[in-house]
Amino acid sequence: MSTAVDMPRFVRAKQVEALPPPNLARGPIAWIRENLFSGPFNTLLTLVVLYLLYVSVPPMVKFLFIDAVWTGTDRAACRADTGGSESGACWAFIWDKINYFIYGSYTVSERWRVNIFFALLAIGVVWLLWLRAPRRDLGAVYFFWIFPTASYILLTGGNESFSGRFWIGFAILGALVISLFAFVAAVLKASMRPALVIGGGIVAVVGVTLALVDMDFGLAHVPTSLWGGILVTLLVATVGIVVSLPFGIVLALGRRSKLPIVRLASVIFIEFVRGVPLITVLIMANTMLPLFLPGDMTVDRLLRPLIGTALFASAYMAEVVRGGLQAMPKGQYEGAMSLGLNYPQMMSLIILPQALRIVIPGIVNTFIGLFKDTSLVAIVGIFDLVKTIEASRIDPNWAAPTIGMTGYVFAALFYFIFCFGMSRYSLGVERRLAAGQKR
Amino acid sequence: MQTAVSQTSPPKKSFLYDPKVRGIFYQVVLVAAIIFLFYMAATNAIENLQRAKIASGFGFLNNTAGFDISQTLIQFSAAGGTYGDAFIVGLLNTLVVSAIGIFFTTFLGFLIGIARLSKNWVVANVAMVYVEVLRNVPLLVQLLFWYIAVLGALPQPRNSLEMGAGFYLNSRGLFMARPLWGDTIWVLVAVLAIGIVGTLLYRRWAKQQQERTGRQSPVGKVALALLLGLPILTWILLALLGTNPITFELPRKGTFNLTGGMQVLPEFVALLLGLVTYTAAFIAEIVRAGILAVSKGQTEAAGSLGLKPGQTLRLVVVPQAMRVIIPPLTSQYLNLTKNSSLAVAIGYPDLVQVFMGTVLNQTGQAIEVVVITMGVYLTISLVTSFFMNIYNRRMAIVER
Amino acid sequence: MKKALVSIAFGLTASLFATGASAQATLNSVKQKGFLTCGSNTGLAGFGQPDAQGNWTGLDVDLCRAIAAAIFDDPTKVRFIPLAAKDRFTALQSGEVDVLSRNSTATMSRDTQLGLDFPVINYFDGQGFMVRKKLGVSSAKELNGASICTQQGTTTELNLADYFRANNMKYEVVAFATSDETFKAYDAGRCDAFTTDASGLYAERLRASAPDDHIVLPEIISKEPLGPAVRHGDNNWGDIVRWVHNAMLNAEELGVTKANVEQMKTSTNPEIKRLLGTEGKFGEAIGLTNDWAVRVIKHVGNYGESFEKNVGEGSRLKIKRGQNALWTKGGLQYGIPVR
Repeated sequence: MSTAVDMPRFVRAKQVEALPPPNLARGPIAWIRENLFSGPFNTLLTLVVLYLLYVSVPPMVKFLFIDAVWTGTDRAACRADTGGSESGACWAFIWDKINYFIYGSYTVSERWRVNIFFALLAIGVVWLLWLRAPRRDLGAVYFFWIFPTASYILLTGGNESFSGRFWIGFAILGALVISLFAFVAAVLKASMRPALVIGGGIVAVVGVTLALVDMDFGLAHVPTSLWGGILVTLLVATVGIVVSLPFGIVLALGRRSKLPIVRLASVIFIEFVRGVPLITVLIMANTMLPLFLPGDMTVDRLLRPLIGTALFASAYMAEVVRGGLQAMPKGQYEGAMSLGLNYPQMMSLIILPQALRIVIPGIVNTFIGLFKDTSLVAIVGIFDLVKTIEASRIDPNWAAPTIGMTGYVFAALFYFIFCFGMSRYSLGVERRLAAGQKR
Repeated sequence: MQTAVSQTSPPKKSFLYDPKVRGIFYQVVLVAAIIFLFYMAATNAIENLQRAKIASGFGFLNNTAGFDISQTLIQFSAAGGTYGDAFIVGLLNTLVVSAIGIFFTTFLGFLIGIARLSKNWVVANVAMVYVEVLRNVPLLVQLLFWYIAVLGALPQPRNSLEMGAGFYLNSRGLFMARPLWGDTIWVLVAVLAIGIVGTLLYRRWAKQQQERTGRQSPVGKVALALLLGLPILTWILLALLGTNPITFELPRKGTFNLTGGMQVLPEFVALLLGLVTYTAAFIAEIVRAGILAVSKGQTEAAGSLGLKPGQTLRLVVVPQAMRVIIPPLTSQYLNLTKNSSLAVAIGYPDLVQVFMGTVLNQTGQAIEVVVITMGVYLTISLVTSFFMNIYNRRMAIVER
Repeated sequence: MKKALVSIAFGLTASLFATGASAQATLNSVKQKGFLTCGSNTGLAGFGQPDAQGNWTGLDVDLCRAIAAAIFDDPTKVRFIPLAAKDRFTALQSGEVDVLSRNSTATMSRDTQLGLDFPVINYFDGQGFMVRKKLGVSSAKELNGASICTQQGTTTELNLADYFRANNMKYEVVAFATSDETFKAYDAGRCDAFTTDASGLYAERLRASAPDDHIVLPEIISKEPLGPAVRHGDNNWGDIVRWVHNAMLNAEELGVTKANVEQMKTSTNPEIKRLLGTEGKFGEAIGLTNDWAVRVIKHVGNYGESFEKNVGEGSRLKIKRGQNALWTKGGLQYGIPVR
């Protein structure tokens, strides 16, 4: 085709550059017109919202920054009658109390242990949440075993000094567990080795944990009544997460089980917990738990709300995991079965890894809810961040009108940073997963 | 050995390989474990209660309470009220704050949800900031914040803000006129009933009219006239005749505070503000997702049929979005009801504060009180989800 | 199966945190543990309050320290467990604390129906009201129509209702779960009056943003004998608590102080000799050493010293001795003789 040679010369070979649009149709002015003032209604709306912003934002900035008191050692700085400023936030108060807000009354000389706990927690969280981190399976072991054990020893001081009777009891129980596994394997005519390895493994893990807890590392004992502030907030959240994930998975599997009684028990538990407010669960743990235990046994005051929040979060987690299980195509189950996998193998190797992956956003959202809910332990008298702020509000050294507001703004900021961060993360994962689905 | 047999019936193995048998085994173990746990808990509880000499049973509900409650919707006094009455007072307070909260939060939530989808950049982003901030701060912190904000902003009773029409505002709450029903109130009620029936009839007629002729009738204006205009006219008429059906008791200044009239506690206001603004952030997200779930083709089709944007929203988008919105919306309503239990932190006498707080402490009967309180919330949840299921079945898209 | 394992795991964790306590031999279990667990207030100036470092001070705290001193000769061997009003008795009943020294009112129902014993009264108190000066109120009888902040689940709440009913007055009650919340609400202007035990009024007033703006009304509307509580049934342990307090009273009466207790050992006064264990074997009779009272006074001081330091002139509360003066000075504190 060489007709091109005969083409008239006046035809352009290249498109002419388009003229710029008229000034009113581009640039910031056009953008503003398009987005803010495109009609009478829209204009009105914009003006109303701008007015609202004008009414609310400048006073807020004034309160938080411009009129705020940044330095000072006692209430004089934040009271008008002593020459201070009363119209702005009293950040000096936060600064003065910051150690109390972080550690509560934790023994001052031992606070480095809390710092290590924070660091260990950060490592565990990053390891698990960063999807491309190396050896995430080890990360799980770390987060669900090494980290809790280490934290327990660090924070309480360990050195539980169990009695000899306790160890004998544990040895008997351990032997029972191993022989139970062996017995089941024998009855099922399955091979003995894996059963013994699993049974022995469980006993060994528990035994090593107990031995570590029992060991004297020379750390001074710090009673839980001294713990407080952000330490307790993060602790409650962490325990909730560490317990609720496995427990929630078990409950979700129970709810999807073919066995009617298992299903019924799971459904009752989940629906019961989801039907009542957390605060009633916490009050129950606080007032009723001691009644249900044998007379000479008491549960630590901090442990009670921990159990309460962990159970509560488990029920919500179970529903999230169930969503993931239901989203698995039936072919996955059938495929696994046709390979001859038994139930535990099918679940742990095929279904759960996929199901949990697609519900990561849901899991993170549950964590956000859990993290916010930790503030409720303040109502049952645990000194978490909210409670330490409440307690500091009535310190006569800092009695000033703006103390309460400042404290709550600080708390709001703390929770916001964590929750907003988690929600961004969950959005990111959602987008990544969606990208995988689109292909 | 007959091979034919082995094909029809499986080779004889230990019955323990039978999944059914194993299933039964697991369940028996589970049941045994649960029974054991409950048995242990029950025997321990009985022993502990006896040792501590704590009474048991629900007889305490008939005992005189001996304390007062700040907000009572029914007659309640320390002298005559029983613990059972205190329970009802608390329950009503929970229900009233939840009902009012649900009303306002629905309104605010829809407003913000639609605002987030607005093409107006300022509106959309302000709505987004609202949602992100409110969602990511614990409700408890917000409640405590609102409480001191409300208390701090209000003047002492002696300098009450007078807002006219019998409304006063001070740190004891919002005071307003209390309506007192006169003898002729039944006339007003009757007129209101006529108005409602009339509106319904007119709406039916208007619909038939539209289906027959395609003409639309001013339903809204007529309804307004019948529902509001008619009763107000009647009221004025009756008042002119000298038999005013409603008179108002105005708050008067007392030694410490205003007396008479109706009082809305600052705790109530703070709780309501907290619950409404917090839940609205979640509802906004639900509404947004619901509207986005309606495919764009629907809007375009509505437009090509000549519907105005307002009509498109009302007749095409909202009905379809509602299908997606209603189920999560209901669970937000439940959350609001459950969250109202945080009232305990700011001293509003809801069910948890009155019953799980004061009554539990005064009687020491933890188990009974906890069981009753949890039972109430559980009942509310289960009843709601029951109606929700019925609704879902009715609303489900009927495939044609 | 997994569920059962989980519950076993839970049981194990629970037992890790659990501490054993026997109903019968509290003294033995305390000696075995090596420290005393003392239920105390979550924070009431003068009676039981931790500072930011977790050091406890107060009149009730001193009593626990005195008990620890009598047993271990070391007042620091105490672990304080802060308890809210509503949790305090269950904590004692369940054995979580050995003694509850938390400004608790002794009443017949608590003594007989809750399985508790109140061996002594270490502070005679009564319920009062605090109001703002600028209200111009000088008597509780003028509080008709007032809003009153109180803590829920206490005898205070019930006394309040009784008082207003008996005087045929109206009021609006605003009840909060903790004393902190109650006082904060009062301080923020939510209520006209704040009510609790009179000692508590003085303590709380210090925390007001402007303490001088508030006055305590003269009326005392109830009897509130405050004292330590122990579990019913362990009489020996109750004896120890009773005699530690009485030793502090007797020491004040006999002029034995923290400073002079060592010299007083050489005193010839037979009463002092019996108190300080240089004569007789009174300490051994209650399972302690004979110099138990010396230990108490050496480490904590006598009742008067403890009172002055924590709530009296030496403190910021500046409460007068009043009913809590020794009987010899017209008060109600009467040390039972050691003989």
